[in-house]
Amino acid sequence: MNEWAAKYIRNRIVQFGPGPGRFFTLGLPTGSTPLGCYSKLVEYYRNGDLSFKYVKTFNMDEYVGLPRDHPESYHSFMWNNFFKHIDISPENVHILDGNAPDLQAECDAFEEKIKAAGGIELFVGGIGPDGHIAFNEPGSSLVSRTRVKTLAMDTILANARFFDGDLSKVPTMALTVGVGTVMDAREVMILITGAHKAFALYKAIEDGVNHMWTVSAFQQHPNTVFVCDEDATLELKVKTVKYFKGLMLVHNKLVEPLYSMKEMGTERSQSKKPYISQTTLYALWKGQERLPLSPSCDLPVTCPLALLQGN
Amino acid sequence: MPSNKSVSDAPIVQFTNCRILRDHQLQRARARQRRLLAVSQLEEQLYSGRHRSARGRRCPWDPLCPGSMSLGQGRLLLVLQMIRELGVCNCPPREDLWVREGKILNPEKLFFDEKGSADVQLDCKDSIIAPGFIDVQINGGFGVDFSLATDDFKSGIDLVGQKILSHGVTSFCPTLVTSPSSVYHQISVRNGGAHGAGILGAHLEGPFISKEKKGAHPEHCLRTFEAGAFQDLLATYGCLDCVQIVTLAPEMRRSSEVIRELTKRGICVSLGHSVANLSQAEEAVQHGATFITHLFNAMLPFHHRDPGIVGLLTSDRIPAGRRVFYGMISDGIHTNPAALRIAHRAHPKGLVLVTDAMAGMGLAPGRHTLGQQVVEIDGLNTYIAGTKTLSGSVATMDTCVRHFQEATGCSVETALEAASLHPAQLLGIEHKKGTLNYDSDADFLMLNDSLYVQATYIAGEEVWRQDVSGM
Repeated sequence: MNEWAAKYIRNRIVQFGPGPGRFFTLGLPTGSTPLGCYSKLVEYYRNGDLSFKYVKTFNMDEYVGLPRDHPESYHSFMWNNFFKHIDISPENVHILDGNAPDLQAECDAFEEKIKAAGGIELFVGGIGPDGHIAFNEPGSSLVSRTRVKTLAMDTILANARFFDGDLSKVPTMALTVGVGTVMDAREVMILITGAHKAFALYKAIEDGVNHMWTVSAFQQHPNTVFVCDEDATLELKVKTVKYFKGLMLVHNKLVEPLYSMKEMGTERSQSKKPYISQTTLYALWKGQERLPLSPSCDLPVTCPLALLQGN
Repeated sequence: MPSNKSVSDAPIVQFTNCRILRDHQLQRARARQRRLLAVSQLEEQLYSGRHRSARGRRCPWDPLCPGSMSLGQGRLLLVLQMIRELGVCNCPPREDLWVREGKILNPEKLFFDEKGSADVQLDCKDSIIAPGFIDVQINGGFGVDFSLATDDFKSGIDLVGQKILSHGVTSFCPTLVTSPSSVYHQISVRNGGAHGAGILGAHLEGPFISKEKKGAHPEHCLRTFEAGAFQDLLATYGCLDCVQIVTLAPEMRRSSEVIRELTKRGICVSLGHSVANLSQAEEAVQHGATFITHLFNAMLPFHHRDPGIVGLLTSDRIPAGRRVFYGMISDGIHTNPAALRIAHRAHPKGLVLVTDAMAGMGLAPGRHTLGQQVVEIDGLNTYIAGTKTLSGSVATMDTCVRHFQEATGCSVETALEAASLHPAQLLGIEHKKGTLNYDSDADFLMLNDSLYVQATYIAGEEVWRQDVSGM
């Protein structure tokens, strides 16, 4: 799953053809889910297939009151797991500052920066066990903007493992992009792994849009991809899962062929290809099985829901 | 990339593709990805037993992961290597070393606070990067004898300081053995650079030592401080401003006062050339002594009912929070490898590698001077002319490190730390030397896997590089 997600991001960046004055804006998550994806992206950079020189990044959230160089702050997380290994320019990196003197002004400034960068091309995010996106806890407005949020008990418990299991050390407030902010992105990709996220995934895609499960808002986004592994589908209907698995070949077209910056000269003249139709897509990733993929797959790409398998 | 560093405009150098010794660990190599047919099957087996560490990292084989599973040693290492070669492991890739204005820079601060980036990137071609070695006992070399009173003293020190860069030594304490008072001239402390390794201060070995254990020191120059204690010492040495270490025998009368006075002035007191028993040695430690000069040599041998100075390694009467360090000449001659192993296993964190090199180091076999006496060099052995008494060594620091690693079978990290971190801790300068921590002095070495020095850097500038033809 990590590899698929990383390939997808890579294809999107390369196909966009970033250059001086034309930046690819990427929204980035933190937490354990995207780690594998980040390490694959670093690998692509090291192989020369991808460059982040003209990529601007906007992180989703940051704790309030935690020193920036604290090992558990999201600045440290992003530095250690991603930025330190790639060629991104520090001016193009935007992370909310949890120690700013005026937190709301910091949030407003962040919204301005996103606007100034021309909006976000691709927002990558994860999902909490309580169905939250970023730190938009259950009960958050689905049209919210970047603001300060108090963390729910669920989230504090989930994060306690990073603070030696001591609940008193976990920050209780955070700055986060709003649901509305992420919905403004032109494309959204949500990564979900693990059985503990299964119920949240069920609520997000098989139930209605509900502010108690804030990720469900993305059912109404024109261009969203949910990438999950087998364990995360445990709470879904068998019918749903089977339907998506049957459409695996279609979704593999999103990552095959895999474009590389090494060939960017020839790609620049081509306009961005629309991969799949406009409605919400679900993609499912199945464990470690490798199934042979037909190189010349002619399935129509207009199906509303598609499923990914293998690789 | 445009950079608008706000703290300083000095150029920033980023050393990439290297394995840095940091936090007692050498960051492992991450080889380029290669598809190995057999490994994909291995991968299936491994990931079927999927395990998540506390940080959610999916690496069952990461030795740093607290929840990692254990296997037979050989298989674990093979598997780990194969995983890393494939890059399927989520273990973080290596760090780079960042240097600015002669100090190790914290790249995260540079990135977020200054929004800066590197001006120069140097590919280290997968070398090991370790802190520069610190030699706290070196009597001379290349024909120069620090204890010989000459007018040309300064150029002698400069010559040795320059030559030992090729051995990986970036800081040293020139050692003066027992000599007449006239010899104790000022050695000035100075920073290292292209001209040579930095001088931390003098190591005065004697003359307040035991007659029975004088070794190669001339008997007529030995002294005591029975009469005036510290004043006697001051009268002999003259000025103590640039002295880092003093070796004395603790069984001498009034040594406690002297040790206390020296410790108060920040001078490290070392026990050596002595016939002290364990309680005398322990008392000396309680008064402030922290070092043992060349363990086993020039002291009473270990005895099971009175271990003597050697017993300090495992003594339970060391004041809390203090550590006793001990120098060892690991050239294979001054100490039998078995004795080296015993000492290392008894007290690994206190071991400091020293060369105790004398004027003959770096010279051809033959006769040379050491202090007031003549010695003979024969290969790696040096004796007082006409006798079988060992007198100093001609081993170089990097040879000592390699020999230590081979003889004890310890890890590369331990061997490198014994020559860098431990001497810095002994002298209380580990906040700026002996480590590659952020904001410490950028004195470091590039070594290959067999621990041969490839390049030496002081304050971030390259001061010596191995000739390609010499490899």
